[in-house]
Amino acid sequence: NSSKLGFPAFASFSTTRQLATDHNIAIVGGGAAGLYTASRILSKSPTTRIDIFEQLPTPQGLVRYGVAPDHPEVKNCTTKFNQVLQNPQVQFYGNIPVGTESDHECSVPLERLRSVYGGVVLAYGASRDRKLGIEGEDGCGSRVGVVSARLFVAWYNGLPEAQDVQLDLDSFDRVVIVGHGNVALDCARILLTDPNDLARTDITKRAVAALRKSNVRHVEMVGRRGPLQVSFTTKELREMTKLPGLEIICDRRLLESECAGEKGRRVLEASRPLKRMMDLLLKHSVDSNSPKPINENELGAGGVKGNKTFTLRFLLSPLRVLYNQVEEGLKAPQVMQFAVNRLSGPPESARAEATSEIVDIACCMALRSIGYASTPLVGAPFDHKRNIVPNIAGRVTVDQNDRNDLVPGLYVSGWVKRGPVGVIATTMQDAYRTADAVLMDMRDGNIGTGCRADIDNTLRSLGVDARRVSTEGWLRLEAYEAARGEKAGKPREKVTSVEEMLNIINQ
Amino acid sequence: MLYLLSRTASAAKQCTRLTWNYSLVSSSSSASTRPSLSMAALLTASLRQQARGFSASAPATKDITVTFIEPDGNEVEVTGEEGTNLMELAHENDVDLEGACEGACACSTCHVILDDKIFDELPEPTDEENDMLDLAFGLTDTSRLGCQVLLTPDMEGARIRLPSATRNFYVDGTKPAHH
Repeated sequence: NSSKLGFPAFASFSTTRQLATDHNIAIVGGGAAGLYTASRILSKSPTTRIDIFEQLPTPQGLVRYGVAPDHPEVKNCTTKFNQVLQNPQVQFYGNIPVGTESDHECSVPLERLRSVYGGVVLAYGASRDRKLGIEGEDGCGSRVGVVSARLFVAWYNGLPEAQDVQLDLDSFDRVVIVGHGNVALDCARILLTDPNDLARTDITKRAVAALRKSNVRHVEMVGRRGPLQVSFTTKELREMTKLPGLEIICDRRLLESECAGEKGRRVLEASRPLKRMMDLLLKHSVDSNSPKPINENELGAGGVKGNKTFTLRFLLSPLRVLYNQVEEGLKAPQVMQFAVNRLSGPPESARAEATSEIVDIACCMALRSIGYASTPLVGAPFDHKRNIVPNIAGRVTVDQNDRNDLVPGLYVSGWVKRGPVGVIATTMQDAYRTADAVLMDMRDGNIGTGCRADIDNTLRSLGVDARRVSTEGWLRLEAYEAARGEKAGKPREKVTSVEEMLNIINQ
Repeated sequence: MLYLLSRTASAAKQCTRLTWNYSLVSSSSSASTRPSLSMAALLTASLRQQARGFSASAPATKDITVTFIEPDGNEVEVTGEEGTNLMELAHENDVDLEGACEGACACSTCHVILDDKIFDELPEPTDEENDMLDLAFGLTDTSRLGCQVLLTPDMEGARIRLPSATRNFYVDGTKPAHH
């Protein structure tokens, strides 16, 4: 190791004495991207000091607030995250927003960090989502209109700022989800799973109560394009096929013709994942063109009247949300109107073109799941077209006179680097590549080391020391949640307000 | 009796284990139990247990040697106990293989590439493993998740390739995958 770095790495591993040549790196964002970046830097350069700033008191980001509660194995990565946070070279600064001066009075300006650290890595992810931009989207009176799927997920996962989201699971038996990705599927699955099964996961108490009360029996997941263009993956679809008593419905005529057509067969032969998914859908779905009559007296699994259904709808683009409509003799709370699309181009890059045909779907609530979105940080470049921080392989660039100039000492990792797509494994690899760029620049002397005394003074003068949640504070909160969860037969009972978190941490 | 004892006590680890078992029995044996009979029972049980290969301290379990080939071409020959999965084996030997979900078949970061013969001889992957493999970067026809493949004597001499994961994601405008 020492030969690569040009200075003794292991020899100077000490928490009390830092060599002048040891680098100080700040990471903005304590989620998967930030933590994997830190992990990689430390594995190759163990004496680097890394300070991780996170807006929330809790680290882990979407691993805590995005991954579904019934996917606990996916959260096993947090063991490694805690190891990183407990590394003596790492300081966790939870409850410290950075670069969000427009939202938080006490936000640490990014410029202050850049002036005292050798390098700063932006790993703050995507905390907003894209809107449909249609009439009636924001609801009407007591009708909720279209709710962000990101917020719905954050709500059942306990994100403090999502706890007061307005939902309607009661006024009708159907929810429409716009989007054909895994987030949409997660929402559908949580809406259709037996709440007794959910009660054993780390889903919040309030969410279970709301889902027990829920009248939702039918979920329609609607997408712009066809079966060959879906973005969700087989694992999540397979989970739907295993929900007891759930009927999966789709237009099998469309499905079969897409898969059997010349272009379709070619794309399926070339893509093992897509082929396996289409096979699964063909095996488990019931045709929407000839639905079985629902016997009102028939009890599904679990004694619920009537089958629960999950319908995959293709080739529909949302046009507007209408209120006070009478649909099929019922006064529906709200009706979503869609334009029927036709596909053009090869399956790999098919475009949806609206026809004049319109389809109405009545529902109590719609969820829009068409993508998360990153927001700009004050003091850092931002590409408003792609909603990312512009970069070349993790080194931030700024568009100056049509040239892409590197911004020295500024790096980017995770969704804010590539766009809000990718699983934890993708983020891990991405973070490692950024970390490698930081390591290279450290080794080649392209960035300074920063100055620990200046860092300490700056953080103290900004009042960071007084407000921050440390690793030890986080671990205390984590233990508290685990203990509360154990009483309820769950892995953890999450604390859902920042105030309560800080009270527990500061006790 | 003594002959049996000397044979099974030939390796140091076995000797220690036997001693531990013996002292446990002697401290709890009732007055009516003859020590020599208990000893024989212990030895038989110990031999049987070793034959099953459960014990981590019994070298009579088959040790299998395989070679990991890291993305940069570096070859690492390692030896592991039968029943160890390839991800654990890599971690035990500091081979650079990830394992984000720690072997729960919930990610694709322990993706390895086997040679045809070994791949064909292994039991088929489950639907769950195949679902995760679908997401692996650089998937091949002989890819498996390391955490789902257990060492067997048939794998002696196997060469296990770690896929290269280096790619400038999306800098070249490649369409992103799922989440």
